[in-house]
Amino acid sequence: MDALLALFQDYTVQNVALGAALLGISSGVLGSFAVLRQQSLLGDTLSHAALPGVCLGFIVAGTRQLGSILLGALLTGALAALLMLLLTRRSRLKTDAGLGVTLSVFFAVGIVLLTYIQGTNNASQGGLDSFLFGQAAAILRSDLYVMGGITLFALALVAAFWKEFKLVTFDPAFAGSLGLPVTVLEVLLTVMTALAVVIGLQMVGVVLMAAMIIAPAVAARQWSNRLEGMVILAAAIGAAGGVFGGVLSAAGRGLPTGPLIVLSISAIVLVSLLVAPGRGLLWEAAQRWRNRRHLRSQQVLTALYEFSQRHQDPAYKTEQGMVNAYYGVGTGPTLAQLQHRGLVRSMSHMPEEGVHWELTSSGRIEAERILKNLNPQES
Amino acid sequence: MLADLFDNIPLMIIATGALVGVAASLLGTFLVLRKNSMLSDAISHSIVFGIVIVWLLTGQQSGPVQIVGAALTGLLTVFLTELLVNTRKVKNDAAIGLVFPVLFSIGVLLINLYARDVHIDQHAVLLGEIGFVWLDTLQIGPYRVPQSLVSLGAMTLVNFTFVALFYKELKLATFDEGLARALGFAPVALFYALLGLTSATAVAAFDSVGAVLFIAFIIVPPSAAYLLTDRLWKMILYGSLISVASSILGYFLATAWDVSIGGMMATMTGGFLLLAFLFGPRYGLIAQELRRYSQRQDNEGRALAVHLYNHEHEPRELEENAVGALRNHLRWSEEKARRVLVRSLDQNLIVRDAEVLHLTSKGRAVAQEILEPWLHDLDRRRE
Repeated sequence: MDALLALFQDYTVQNVALGAALLGISSGVLGSFAVLRQQSLLGDTLSHAALPGVCLGFIVAGTRQLGSILLGALLTGALAALLMLLLTRRSRLKTDAGLGVTLSVFFAVGIVLLTYIQGTNNASQGGLDSFLFGQAAAILRSDLYVMGGITLFALALVAAFWKEFKLVTFDPAFAGSLGLPVTVLEVLLTVMTALAVVIGLQMVGVVLMAAMIIAPAVAARQWSNRLEGMVILAAAIGAAGGVFGGVLSAAGRGLPTGPLIVLSISAIVLVSLLVAPGRGLLWEAAQRWRNRRHLRSQQVLTALYEFSQRHQDPAYKTEQGMVNAYYGVGTGPTLAQLQHRGLVRSMSHMPEEGVHWELTSSGRIEAERILKNLNPQES
Repeated sequence: MLADLFDNIPLMIIATGALVGVAASLLGTFLVLRKNSMLSDAISHSIVFGIVIVWLLTGQQSGPVQIVGAALTGLLTVFLTELLVNTRKVKNDAAIGLVFPVLFSIGVLLINLYARDVHIDQHAVLLGEIGFVWLDTLQIGPYRVPQSLVSLGAMTLVNFTFVALFYKELKLATFDEGLARALGFAPVALFYALLGLTSATAVAAFDSVGAVLFIAFIIVPPSAAYLLTDRLWKMILYGSLISVASSILGYFLATAWDVSIGGMMATMTGGFLLLAFLFGPRYGLIAQELRRYSQRQDNEGRALAVHLYNHEHEPRELEENAVGALRNHLRWSEEKARRVLVRSLDQNLIVRDAEVLHLTSKGRAVAQEILEPWLHDLDRRRE
């Protein structure tokens, strides 16, 4: 505990934790819209396309000055998105090819610029490599102000246009019919995805930024059916995973930050996919199992009822072996469960012939209710 | 003679880049046509995981074991993605974006933990070192051949054989998957084979161009070729040619400016795509605009013909079918009226008699084709 406390009093670790939290919040919120609009991979393209911008920002500023680097990243990211749209709208290339082409070519240009900067032997270029995989330890307090400012700006935009963004995300055609400027809003959302990418560049790097956009949103979607809940949860999940991975990297043996953050958040995604109430896979399996059991008990109960009706004997005793034969499986557990609910009772009718079952009066009422629900028009 | 060839460093570098491009274009063509381009993105990132795992297990940094191992990783990526999609909780694009970062992250972490001093460092993962392909050589007979060249040559051969052998099946599975399945061509198995080969090629190309630049080699040349032709075999051919040209250009530009050779080669593929996008003979932006322009002009000529035809043999013919009427009745601008007149006269649709315009038989046919298509059909049938 003391060690943990000491860890958080460390100056670098504080920076990293703050930066990771900012990154998690912004990419969680903005990523939610990207994932819901089925533009997950646009984040991948935007983040790879940020690399030439990082280099250009560096070349223009002459030093590793975060402001100009991030501005460059935003510009080339937006340019890539624009080119992607142009390619898919004005040629026969489909979205996937448009994304892949812009991603790889912009990244290639970035690599060329990166090696150009390395070739010029500028002393302060050392920090530039960290934009590939992220190097949280390299974050300065002044960088945090830049990141914080961008995060606040993005969050303010989301708050201001909340209703419009929501409508464009879920039903763009309806939004258009209401007279909303759909294209402008869509461009705005795309630019904001680029903003989220830009915030994360230093922490996780261009290569893994796609996961930061997608993963928190996918995890949050599992827990909430409402956009409000999803966005807030995504921010929380992004921040939690980000801080965990970031601190781990800063405290550890200089492991790259990006992979650690991505793995932390992906672990949350996995857990969410499995156990989230309502949409989790395990939850659904349990639900299916419960349904099947319920159905089986209804079947057995009504079968007993039908037998007694056919024999015109309300107290007719059915042999368990016969019910088993009727369903082809052992119905012992189901009958025991029905007995537990007080709907049937077991009788030793004739000791040598095994267990017999008879309906209780509440079992009769329940069976009649089930049959009535099944065929409402007959009764 | 041959030995000189293999000692020629620039030639070896260019040949390596060209082989990456040709091997990749052979497969990329089908990925682009099947709208699965982004799977190559996922595969090329996640093979890093496979390469590290195989290296940790066997100590081999390249060679057949590496290629097979990493090819399996590629298939694992696709398999995991489909698994996620099949839960119906995650859309296809999000599933791709969830799976490969995880595998890539594990790969990078393992490199950092166990492989700090080996040549698989994290920058080589992304960039490759095509400039150094001649350092790693293999003795084949009397010649010392760069190892990358050998493995890439082998991959090119394998890919070419695959495409040549299954050309018909691939074509059918790409353009009409339902029919391919109905005819028993197992399109899914074919698809997985394609992706397995993609992964294997990515591994073979890994040392020279790295994980991310490989995406440019596999997606961009086929995309450019797609803008140039409608025929499958031509698309493969053009893609390969673009790759080779990009390698040559990229090498010389990179050495001139002293920048990353692989990066410059990949950038050049983008340049070719831009050229195809702008100047493609049929689907290029300029060709589209020209076609639109000439269609607009044709329509103007048709409008004039229809106008003249409507008023032919009318009492007010001399008034309606006069040059001045174009401006007053059709509300065309002076400039537009003159343009349409000149063009229609050139095309022999009308003749001019002082201020009055008359349709020629050709012009009348144009108008009839629009106004009374049944007459037109009758004429044609009579012919």
